[in-house]
Amino acid sequence: MDTNQDPTLASSDIQARQQWMYTLSHADIADLLPFETRLKAEPYQLIRPPEIGMAMVRGRMGATGEAFNLGEMTVTRCVVQTDEACIGYSYIAGRDKKHAELAALVDAHLQGTRHRSWLCQVIALLDARRLSRQAGEARRHDSTRVDFFTLVRGENDVA
Amino acid sequence: MYVAVKGGERAIENAHRLLAHKRRGNPETPELAVSQIREQMFLAVARVMSEGALHDPGLAALALKQAAGDLVEAIFLLRAYRATLPRFCGSRPLDTGKMRIARRISASYKDLPGGQRLGATFDYTHRLLDFALLAEGEYPAPEADTPSPAASALAPEESAVPHVMHLLAREGLVTEANPSDDASVSAPPPDITREPVSFPAARAKRLQILARGDEGFLLALGYSTQRGYGRNHPFAGEIRIGHVDVWLETEELPFPVPAGDIEVSECEMLNQFVGGRDKPPQFTRGYGLAFGQAERKAMAMALVDRALRAGEYGEEADAPAQQAEFVLAHCDNVEAAGFVSHLKLPHYVDFQSELDLIRTLRREYLDAQTPGPQPARADAAHGEAHDTLEEIHS
Repeated sequence: MDTNQDPTLASSDIQARQQWMYTLSHADIADLLPFETRLKAEPYQLIRPPEIGMAMVRGRMGATGEAFNLGEMTVTRCVVQTDEACIGYSYIAGRDKKHAELAALVDAHLQGTRHRSWLCQVIALLDARRLSRQAGEARRHDSTRVDFFTLVRGENDVA
Repeated sequence: MYVAVKGGERAIENAHRLLAHKRRGNPETPELAVSQIREQMFLAVARVMSEGALHDPGLAALALKQAAGDLVEAIFLLRAYRATLPRFCGSRPLDTGKMRIARRISASYKDLPGGQRLGATFDYTHRLLDFALLAEGEYPAPEADTPSPAASALAPEESAVPHVMHLLAREGLVTEANPSDDASVSAPPPDITREPVSFPAARAKRLQILARGDEGFLLALGYSTQRGYGRNHPFAGEIRIGHVDVWLETEELPFPVPAGDIEVSECEMLNQFVGGRDKPPQFTRGYGLAFGQAERKAMAMALVDRALRAGEYGEEADAPAQQAEFVLAHCDNVEAAGFVSHLKLPHYVDFQSELDLIRTLRREYLDAQTPGPQPARADAAHGEAHDTLEEIHS
């Protein structure tokens, strides 16, 4: 979790929201689609319909130094408002408008009265899927973990 | 200078149809799907994204299909598309220390905290054509059932691995990476897509230009520094490839917004020393960062970045790779290909005046060779030029 946040806001609420936004942005759209009917069961307004644009990605010189612009990435954003007057936002890497709309809807519902139920049903499942996907990748990469050893030159007579 | 011409609409349309027909190839072979290119040609996709300066694997794959595999053409297509999109915001600088590492190697330290992982690499292959690939088949994943104890102890969330440079920095053996005091309040870095580049260019601008620079050009320049043109004796301190989370600084939300992750390749090059009477000797460094799996690009970028820091370290900048204006003005392959390609545009009027000139010069040369009465030069030149003009227009 990123540590640089606006100090004027209640940081625990922001962290919780960042955490579910993190989960939604990292979700596989296939895992989010089964919730579409339920997410759209109650009327909502598209304050800003899903829109494709870019974000400038920045890196740091020498990984930890001053920032520089690396290049842009495509991003899709969306803003929705539910009947409970909760406003949900999303910024999702790539160009999937459906992903952006569903993520904004989940963000809105999570700010509503049924927060707990959405958290347990959607976010918990998406988190589990992501962690298992990442663990699988990590296992494959870790299988290439290497321990090199140096040969000492000119010492061939070791028994 | 070129002039506008008219006509040729039918030929142009047919040429484009012919290209589409040719791109499809023999209809008895299956057509390439964009998803196949994205999944199976991911190294070409990475190059198109880096040099197209837009991270979007799907669009880079589409560009590759449309360009029939011509990388520079595909890069051009992605740059052109990029110019049609609004920019919503910028990201917080990527924290590559928290990368989910797919590959990490160091040529400087054998044993380093976090360990080395080879990842999916061509290194250690024999570079023999694999005729088995001619037949379609299944390719088993690596045997990952028995991960090493050190690996299994790390949950993906906790696998943050510090950079090799930290080890050296702790002892003061390497120059500082110039961290800003407070990243959250510092101004956004200069952007070469919004402001024209002037020289001397700040390192932030140089790195942005190198990041989208042509891999071949940067590779050759990096190679030239190794061969002695601006020698700075590099070690690959660390190369890492993997996924990094992207956090956006949006206008409407007062906190960084997570937007998913992207794959990047990073190279930290460690170079020979600076130091003097008032400063102990320290290693210097060059930095490379690129979208996708683009190790060669990141290494070349790091070599050239270091070479371009010659001025900073009081080195003589007498080799091509050290000359910022030469390197930065010529490393963009979209610009370079554009200006070379423009030679194909009609230069009929230009060429006509050159023809006139060379005929005059030749006549003067021949006249000087043969003594005798001189013909009326101006009239003759005019008559010949007129003939040629008619030939070209007919």
